[in-house]
Amino acid sequence: MTTSSAASQGSQQNSAPVTVSRVVLSAADIERALTRIAYEILEANKGLSDLLLLGIPRRGFPLAQRLAVKLAATDPTVDPATIVGQLDVTMFRDDLAQQPTRAPQRTQLPVSGIDGKTIVLVDDVLYSGRTIRAALDALVDLGRPRAVRLAVLVDRGHRELPIRADHVGKNLPTSSSEKVRVHLVEIDGGIAANDEVVIEAGA
Amino acid sequence: MRHLLDTESLSLENAIQILDTAQEMSAVGEREIKKLPALRGRTVVNLFFEDSTRTRISFEAAAKRLSADVINFSAKGSSVSKGESLKDTAQTLEAMSADAVVIRHWASGAPAQLANSGWIDAAVINAGDGTHAHPTQALLDAFTMRAHWSKIQGTASVGADLAGMRVLIVGDVLHSRVARSNVWLLRTLGAHVTLVAPPTLLPVGVEHWPCEVSYDLDAALETGVDAVMMLRVQAERMNASFFPSTREYARRWGFDDARLAKLDALNLKDTIIMHPGPMNRGLEISSAAADSPRSTVLAQVRNGVSVRMAALYLLLSGEMRETPAQLAVPSTLPSVKDPS
Repeated sequence: MTTSSAASQGSQQNSAPVTVSRVVLSAADIERALTRIAYEILEANKGLSDLLLLGIPRRGFPLAQRLAVKLAATDPTVDPATIVGQLDVTMFRDDLAQQPTRAPQRTQLPVSGIDGKTIVLVDDVLYSGRTIRAALDALVDLGRPRAVRLAVLVDRGHRELPIRADHVGKNLPTSSSEKVRVHLVEIDGGIAANDEVVIEAGA
Repeated sequence: MRHLLDTESLSLENAIQILDTAQEMSAVGEREIKKLPALRGRTVVNLFFEDSTRTRISFEAAAKRLSADVINFSAKGSSVSKGESLKDTAQTLEAMSADAVVIRHWASGAPAQLANSGWIDAAVINAGDGTHAHPTQALLDAFTMRAHWSKIQGTASVGADLAGMRVLIVGDVLHSRVARSNVWLLRTLGAHVTLVAPPTLLPVGVEHWPCEVSYDLDAALETGVDAVMMLRVQAERMNASFFPSTREYARRWGFDDARLAKLDALNLKDTIIMHPGPMNRGLEISSAAADSPRSTVLAQVRNGVSVRMAALYLLLSGEMRETPAQLAVPSTLPSVKDPS
């Protein structure tokens, strides 16, 4: 608990819920974490050969694009646009019947296809692991990659499935009543002027 | 959205959502594995009291691509021919726990009756009722028009409407549920609609519809048009003589070779010719027009599967039965992560 939330604890109980939020990663922190993840991916894959990044909408995709730019910077023969794609998992979720209807997003694969490639799935927050399970199912219908890895900006724990990330920007111990919000300028331009990761205390 | 019964009550937001979802669904048809697990374990019943080829096959393909179980029911060869009522038939389906009922019926209003009478709990999709409505046909027509309209304008089609598009709907408006559904949906999407038909084939009260009416196809073409939708002359519903002869109809209101050439002469190179099918070649549309590059007849059939997948997905996923009046959450909410 931060000092601000402790101070407002009393008023929270009898008034409308005040969302207490605290910034855990700034734009510079996110930038550094992505740079490190890019080098980790390069090291694990021993170069850029047969490597594809697939971002999970919505915030995984801009993260995948940023990683692709960083990876391509190490090899001038690689165009970042050719190694990055978007993988929609909406139709493969296990909670479709319980949640309000979700509009499916676009799935865009690099022209090379995914057969025989090493795929790095990119998402913003790893929580229960159910999104990643859905992503694995979605991948199976699209082809047969040689290997699938997972890179996430934030791992907040509370896994419900035997899934772990290979590359983590920051491990963030949280309570399950808290909310972790990632703001990226590509998507949240109106809400946040800068990239940031915020923890909001639960009501 | 609980049921899909007509397009008159469909809001712009819901219409755009269906079209956008259909756009993502259309990508599935191009994949190696043409199947999504979204409706696994759900049952869709196709209840057809009237003959149909493409609508029934299209709904069946759509449900199967979403992994739903499909039960096909046609009135011929069932207990309906022994005199079973709609209510009893529907409750039989309910007892087999159908999650959605796709119904085509010769009586206008049968789907609304099914949806609102409390006989069954399933989502009801109208697949054409009498001369009332055929919402999925209108949606697939709009989807086809939107793809064309955004292509010639060079804009992205996701989220777009049809503002500024000029559409002619030509032919047997009187008996056409397709025309009725299209008029309302195209109004919602912002297109400008003109009906062209012989006066005998226009319904009473057409002057109150949100469209213009003309009796002269050539004059209507000359004012400039982006899509021409030809309607089938529904001989099976015609119990009186609505026009003197088929030759006269074809000459005055059919899209014949001369009018096809006229589109080029008028420099309308981007005008498309649509037909909901089945076509009476030589009557309301000539073979040259039906097979020309302008014709979108087959694209309409292809888009039909995507649009019906979108309708089934949006009606059946999401709210479990406890929270019926739930509207779809706009995809702009920044809460993607929290429920996962």
